[in-house]
Amino acid sequence: MQTEENTSEGVVCETVVEIKNADGLHMRPAMQFVDAASQFDCDITVSNAENSVDGKSIMQMSMLAATCGTTLTIKAEGADAQQAIDALRELVEVKMFGEPPPKDRSRN
Amino acid sequence: MKFADFVCFEAIIPKLKATDRDGVVAELVAALAGAGRLANADCSKVLKAVIEREKEASTGMGKGVAVPHVKHTAVTDVIAAVGRSDTGVDFSSLDKQPVYSVILLISPADNPDKHLQAMESIFKHLQKDKFRKFLRQSQTAEQIEDLLREADEEPSL
Repeated sequence: MQTEENTSEGVVCETVVEIKNADGLHMRPAMQFVDAASQFDCDITVSNAENSVDGKSIMQMSMLAATCGTTLTIKAEGADAQQAIDALRELVEVKMFGEPPPKDRSRN
Repeated sequence: MKFADFVCFEAIIPKLKATDRDGVVAELVAALAGAGRLANADCSKVLKAVIEREKEASTGMGKGVAVPHVKHTAVTDVIAAVGRSDTGVDFSSLDKQPVYSVILLISPADNPDKHLQAMESIFKHLQKDKFRKFLRQSQTAEQIEDLLREADEEPSL
């Protein structure tokens, strides 16, 4: 899912990603996410079912408790929103923060 | 998850003696062991594991707080110790500032989801200015326990 709309301020992009590494979004992956997000000028918001947090704040990202299998919505607002979304999706779903997936896929 | 579900209230150190990171973690590990929460594990091995994790990337998250943690077979459920320092401790924090409040979290080796839930409760509160201020101002273990229990009951704190 990806939406895009042009406004006078810039671009708004949104995507849904699934956490695929076994240990979930613990502190190291959360730091990688914040580092990657901070490379971009756009505002980045990350939401789970309960909370929406600043994707550039490590404390707030640590609040998401995103376990393996959790889906998160990433919303970016600003000129480089599309690049940010593409980079963050790759980090979460393709690189999986450089961590392994669950050994037993039926675990969840 | 609530603080009361995983914080060991017998392992609260209101005035940490150590003034360096490794010493602080050692005090907190010893407090958990003293409270009987590390089974028969070798404290020095748990300590070493926490420090090794800390060296990979500092858990000093800025704003005067650090949350050193590790997954270890010494525990079967998540367990935390809480310490506060009058002088401030260098944790190589993200914001380069000293740390005054430390929450040490030991998680079981095989339950990543539980670890994340404990982290969620910790940061839900630590990111609030008021909670951090109250924790830093607490002078006794009782005050810290009261604060944590109050935070459990009052989401607004």
